Formats: sequence, C-alpha cells, structure tokens
Amino acid sequence: MSAQVMTRTNVQTLMEIKDLRIWYRTTRGNAKAVDGVDLTIQRNEIFGLAGESGCGKTTLARGILGLTKLPGYIESGEAIYYQCVSDSSSVGSDLLTMPPSELRQMRWRHIAYIPQGAMNVLSPVTRIEKQILDAIYEHSDMSKEQARARMFECLEMVGLEPTVARMYPHELSGGMKQRVTIAAAISLKPGLIIADEPTTALDVNVQQVILQELKEIAKGLGLTLIYVTHDMAVHAEIADRLGIMYSGLIVEMAPVIDTFKSPLHPYTQGLISSIPVIGGDRSRMTGIPGNAPSPLDWPSGCRFHPRCPRAMEICREKQPPMLEVAPGRCVACHLYPTPLSGAAPALRS
Amino acid sequence: MTNLNDNPVVLDVRNVSKIFNIPTPGFEREYIAAVDQVSLALYEKPARIVSLVGESGSGKTTLARIMLGLTPLTHGEMLYRGKHIAKLTKSEWWDFRRNVQPIFQDPFGIYNPFYRVDRALDMTIKNFHLASSPEEVMALKAEALRAVDLRPDDVIGRYPHQLSGGQCQRVMLARTLLLRPKIIIADEPVSMIDVAVRMLFLNILLDFRDKYDISSLMITHDLATAYYMGGPMLVLCFGRIVESGDIEQLLDKPSHPYTRQLLAAIPFPDPARRWEGRANVKITDRPLTHEGNKCVYVARCPQAMDICSKQRPPDYLVEEGHYVACFLHRDKPVIDSTQKA
Repeated sequence: MSAQVMTRTNVQTLMEIKDLRIWYRTTRGNAKAVDGVDLTIQRNEIFGLAGESGCGKTTLARGILGLTKLPGYIESGEAIYYQCVSDSSSVGSDLLTMPPSELRQMRWRHIAYIPQGAMNVLSPVTRIEKQILDAIYEHSDMSKEQARARMFECLEMVGLEPTVARMYPHELSGGMKQRVTIAAAISLKPGLIIADEPTTALDVNVQQVILQELKEIAKGLGLTLIYVTHDMAVHAEIADRLGIMYSGLIVEMAPVIDTFKSPLHPYTQGLISSIPVIGGDRSRMTGIPGNAPSPLDWPSGCRFHPRCPRAMEICREKQPPMLEVAPGRCVACHLYPTPLSGAAPALRS
Repeated sequence: MTNLNDNPVVLDVRNVSKIFNIPTPGFEREYIAAVDQVSLALYEKPARIVSLVGESGSGKTTLARIMLGLTPLTHGEMLYRGKHIAKLTKSEWWDFRRNVQPIFQDPFGIYNPFYRVDRALDMTIKNFHLASSPEEVMALKAEALRAVDLRPDDVIGRYPHQLSGGQCQRVMLARTLLLRPKIIIADEPVSMIDVAVRMLFLNILLDFRDKYDISSLMITHDLATAYYMGGPMLVLCFGRIVESGDIEQLLDKPSHPYTRQLLAAIPFPDPARRWEGRANVKITDRPLTHEGNKCVYVARCPQAMDICSKQRPPDYLVEEGHYVACFLHRDKPVIDSTQKA
C-alpha cells in the first residue's frame, strides 16, 4: 500500500499540516499536546516556532517526522510533504499515513532532524566519521568513496577540520558536537531540516556562530528550516516567518518583522514585552501572569482566556478560528474578527 | 569576642583561587584554575544586586560554591564578617548558614520527589527554631509564600512534580525569606524557567532588596537579565574577573575585548536589527593547564599584543568604579584588586 498521493501546481508549498492532533494516553485521560495545528511551510524559508515549555513544540516537530512514540499517538490530521517533480508541479504524500519503510526513505534524504540537546545524541563509543557515514549509507545509495567525500564536504561546511572525523565525541566541545549533528543533517541535502532547540545549551558566543552557519547553509543550499525554540531573540535573529504556539495550537503566524513590530495576539504581546532589552527602558516588567494550562484539560473557548488581560465574554465560550487579518498574517483571537483596516495596532508601551 | 554583626562586609572574598586536578592517562598532572585570584565583597547595606556574568565553564558555579562555604579554597581567603570562614565558631557558622542563602539552577533537582514541597519550609523553620507552635508554622509559611506571589493553598501539600518550574523556584525563594538572610547567592536561577514567568522571579529578588534589605549575587549568562536587575556587574572569563563596574558603565563603555564580544553575540530581540557580518570568534576550549602569567583571553582576543602572552594584566581603573584587566588600558592607573569597592 502506498501513501496517499496528490499533485499540485503550486511548487512554493513544501509542507502542509492540516488539523494535526497528537495526543498522549495517560491514566488521567488524553493529554492533548498538539490539538489542531494548521500550518503551511513554504520552500526556502526559515520558519520559527515559538512558545513556552509544555505548549507542544517538540511534540509537533517529532510528529511531523513520524517519530511519535507510545503513549503518544496521532489522533487525526495530515502532514503532506510536497516533492518537486518538475518546475511547475509537485507531488505530495502524507507523512502520517506512510508505511514505515517508505518513511525511512523520506527521513534524512528529504527531512532531517536536529534534536534537542543534540550533543547527547552522538554515540560516545563510535568515531564521528562512522556515525555520519552510517546515516549516509542507510539512507542513500552512495558508494564508500562518495560518502566519505560528502562527509568531509559537510564537515568543512560547518567549519570543522577534517581531523574531527577520526575523533570521539568526548574529544569535542559542546559547540563542535552541535556542528557535527548539523553536518550529519545536511549530508544528504534534505529539503527540510527540523531543528529543535539546537543552541539552548550553548554559550552566546557559540550560539551566534552556529546560528549564522545554520542560516548561511539553509539559504545557500536552498533548504527549508523549521527552527523550534522558546527564545524570541533567536527568532528575531534568524527566522523569516514566526509561528507562536500556545497550549497545542498556533495562535499567531506572521512574518517575523510584523510579529515584533506589532504583535496581534495578547499572548504574543505578553511574550514580546517580557524580553528584557539591553539599553532599553528598565521599568518593571510583569511577564504573563498565571500558569500554563494542563494539556489534560485545556480551558474552554480560547485557551488563553484565563491569563488574558483583554478577555471578553465570548472568549470563555467559543474557540477563535485562525483568520488571515492582513496579507500573510494570521491570528486566532476574538479581538480580530475582521481583516485589519489600515495600520496594525502598535505594541502597547 | 567581638561581635561579628558589627562588620558591614558580610562576605569578603580575597584573591581566591580554586585549582582542580584533571585526571590524565599518564603520571603527568594537569591543573585547571576554575577560579583564579578573584576578589569581591558583598555588603550588608545598602542592599544591592550584584550580577556575575560569564559563559559556561568560566567558574561561575565554583565561585558560588566557594561563597556558600561548600568548596574548600586552594589559595586566598574568604571572610565572613571579617573572620576567616574556617575559623568560625559553631554559633558563628550557624549565623553564616542563616545569613547566606543559596538558590540553585535546577528547580526540580533540589526537592526530594517523595516529600511534599513545603517540607523544605518546615525543615527550615524547625532547624532554625523559627516557630513555637503549629499555628505559627502555618502563619510563617503562608506569609513567606504570599511574599513570592504564590497562593499558599496552591502549594502547601503538593509534590514537586505537581508544580511548575517557576513555582518550585519561588518556593525556594520563600524558604530563604523565612530566614531573612543578608545575602542570597542565586546560581542561574532563571535559566530553567519560562520567559513569561522569569520576570516574576526577578521582580521578587528586586522586592527582597527594597523591602527586606536582602542583597543578592545573581549568577547568569544572560546579559539582558543582568541589565534588568541593574547594580554592579562582574564579568568572569575563564576563572578571572576581567571587567567590573556598574552595569551602565559596562554597557556604555565595554572596555575588555571579551565583554565586547559577549555583547555583540547576544541576539537582539528586534528583527530589524540583525547581526551585521559574520562573528569572528575562534571557538577554542579554555586553556587547560594553569598558566598564571598571561591573559586568559589571549587565544581568542582579536586585539592581542605581545605583552598579553607574557604577563598577567593587572586591574586598571578606567573610570570611577570601573575596572578592567586588559593591557589595552595600560595608560590608566593600576589598582590592587583587593582594594576595589
């Protein structure tokens, strides 16, 4: 049985996620970690995914790759990945219903993954070269010579010496290990890389180098990058488009410049105004009061309403739909029932 | 015996070094100076929040452990109220333990998962004999929890896994508040809490300073957090304090190349102001062997001169209260590091 196949003439779209729900079975009911995400990823963009811990960022990233493990399961939804067949048409296949053998073919060759705490994913007892080569052999038909040449090419691309190939992970620093995982991820020239908090455990200096390299590689090779992190400043630095996740849903999606200049959703406004800025006004910041809701029991209506400073009656009862309020800007909030006219509201001071 | 409490300097660290022995395969010994001739003093009044900034591996945590009396020193001395930490009598030692309180990085790691979180509060009250009746215990706990923006009903009787990281960390703050310490040593207190709740925690530290005169030593790798807290800042690089002064001075006139590089590497939360050009950083490991007679930053420094690898830079006074250990400022007066404010 082959996965559902559909053709499209719009080659700009790389991936379409429709109403994706990934739940975890627990003894106290289903934890709805990802609960109705709609998302379209364009080719050659860097898509940032932001949100506080527990909002489902990692579950979504792993779900797209078909890495959901029990007790997690896909309740419903589609994640359609489009491959270019010619200049004007692409063929899509649903990653979630794909048989495992086909999914193995997709992974690494088309979709690569840089997991959270990537420095711990390297095997401590295997040389770097074997770890990268294994991935290449497993997912491609390259000969030994080709594979080795490709490995050195990738190591060079991330700024590592060829001698690193003969080393073991403990001989490398955290930043170098992170570069090795990036080298492995780009080794088969995938169309999409999903990076889940790749620089969270690193120093600011090393983070800057890695982010710049990642961005250069993505733009240079024409890759699409989904970058998951809770650090809004990092998104400001590298993302093209930014999706804000809250309690299993994407609540706002817009070009990163617009999001920072005039955030629409009250949650995004709170998130952006709680970043301390060096050299900025040192007035007392409040952050977002209250606690993140539990995925076992999301609040009714808009899930942000118990913490929202601008909650209305309707917010308690009805879940706001995701609406495109301005070209390229989507928000799910009852404050914006109609498309914005004129300038977007400025950020509250 | 003189009364220790008359001394306004609560903690005085003088030329402290901590040198670790690195295990190597052969008989050769290698040493690493986690903290290298650091001096700093924390005063009782006025209450201030001192930030200690540095990247991982720069010895921030080791310095915190030294100041808590948890790590023995290799060189130098640490004075509590003017008396050497090893020479305190039993009652003075308890006084030290009461007045200098820690907050650690991992909000879950510090609780025993089998006990309820308020046991941390109960044990503190019991050990320091703060209450004489169960009602008083309850009242003290409730008061402390309210001071850190927690509803006592939400927390008392819960287990650590039932609370969020931010709540756990605030219960720890409530515990320290029970003792009304003079100094809180907070080792990366917000790095594991969500951004939205981070502000709440930092505001409580500011409240403690203003309401209860509690000074803090805030250890962080995040310059933006340090800026928000204000007050003096120390920049630690591979175990040495390379620059110190008021945070405004440091941001206005970063004088050590390391501080400048640190500032340049911070992602700025504004997509209209992205990094310009590539970072020109050689990612090197810290110098493993202990080399006392050169600048620690020389391997990475873009402005390194000959003298930097021959001599250890002393502290130069750049402006009032702003010290830099860098030969770029050779024309400025040299200050003995133990005499700094």
